[in-house]
Amino acid sequence: MLEIRLYLAQRISAAIMAPLVLLHLGLMIYAIQGGLDAGEILARTRGSLFWGSTYGLFVIAVSVHTALGLRNIMREWLQLRGMVLSSLSWLFFCGLAFAGLRAIAGLVGMS
Amino acid sequence: MSDSSTASITVHVWRGNSEGGSFDEFQVPQQPSQTILDIVTWIQRNLDAGLSYRFACRVGMCGSCAMMVNGIPRWTCRTHVNKVMRDKQLTIEPLRNLPVIKDLACDMSEFFAKWNQAQGQFQGSTTRDEKIAPISPCSPEREAANAAIECINCAICYASCDVVAWNRDYLGPAALNRAWSLQNDVRDTAGESRLAAVAGDAGCHRCHSQQGCASYCPNELNPTASIAGLKRLTASDFLRRRYRSRHA
Repeated sequence: MLEIRLYLAQRISAAIMAPLVLLHLGLMIYAIQGGLDAGEILARTRGSLFWGSTYGLFVIAVSVHTALGLRNIMREWLQLRGMVLSSLSWLFFCGLAFAGLRAIAGLVGMS
Repeated sequence: MSDSSTASITVHVWRGNSEGGSFDEFQVPQQPSQTILDIVTWIQRNLDAGLSYRFACRVGMCGSCAMMVNGIPRWTCRTHVNKVMRDKQLTIEPLRNLPVIKDLACDMSEFFAKWNQAQGQFQGSTTRDEKIAPISPCSPEREAANAAIECINCAICYASCDVVAWNRDYLGPAALNRAWSLQNDVRDTAGESRLAAVAGDAGCHRCHSQQGCASYCPNELNPTASIAGLKRLTASDFLRRRYRSRHA
């Protein structure tokens, strides 16, 4: 049943990402048109549970979705299977999640 | 077929076996309403009696004459030369993704083995002595089954599928399309084990929805849609089982 779990994870992560991508694009357009610089943006995001959790969810969804997509590519193009395939997929997930969450920690002022 | 036509077609035919091969070139007179199968048959009867290929019904029902024509999988008995010829040239090869026996004849064993792996046989619970099951042709299940049922197992979808090329274990569009058809047959009793069979490592979740199968199916079926149906069905069945096991 691993394939069904992975299929659900990919579909659910896509469903989470879709509105968050739109939110992010809208936010960037708003911030740029409003003339906000980096300092002013950070002043609004520091200590914000809302922005921290929103972008945190986005990072996790991206990490899951990307790792599963790369898993498929590694499986079909490199013919990887079993532990090697799973280990590399987890490695991609952890790397993306670490980098993304670290950036969010900077955004909300936890680092 | 008459040889009186002045125009001729240059035909490159793949010759060889499972160990490899190359193209032979033939000049074939062009005829009105000529099909690719006519071309291959003309070559065998007039130019090279050793050319091997497979056909049976010649009317698009048996699914045995599929070949690659100018790089695209086609049912050759219903493919008119005029519609596919480029610069008076044709290239004819055995179907992609299947082992070659000789020349244009492929070994279909793995194709039908996968059909069996996906549990493509109808499993009923009644005998011929019982009444015929009343099934409304307008019911959603029957409409879904009907949409997938006209498959002639020509393997054109299998030849067009890149996922089959990448993963030799993948069940393929025809087997999964058949499974979807049976899942929607309310008389069938093997739904549970069939879902398990198509949800495995080489099953429906490997499909990338590239739709090569739907593009080239000569009967205009849409195996991609059938496979998407199986994905939904396996996922909802999985979630239902999880819910039941937790609330039992």
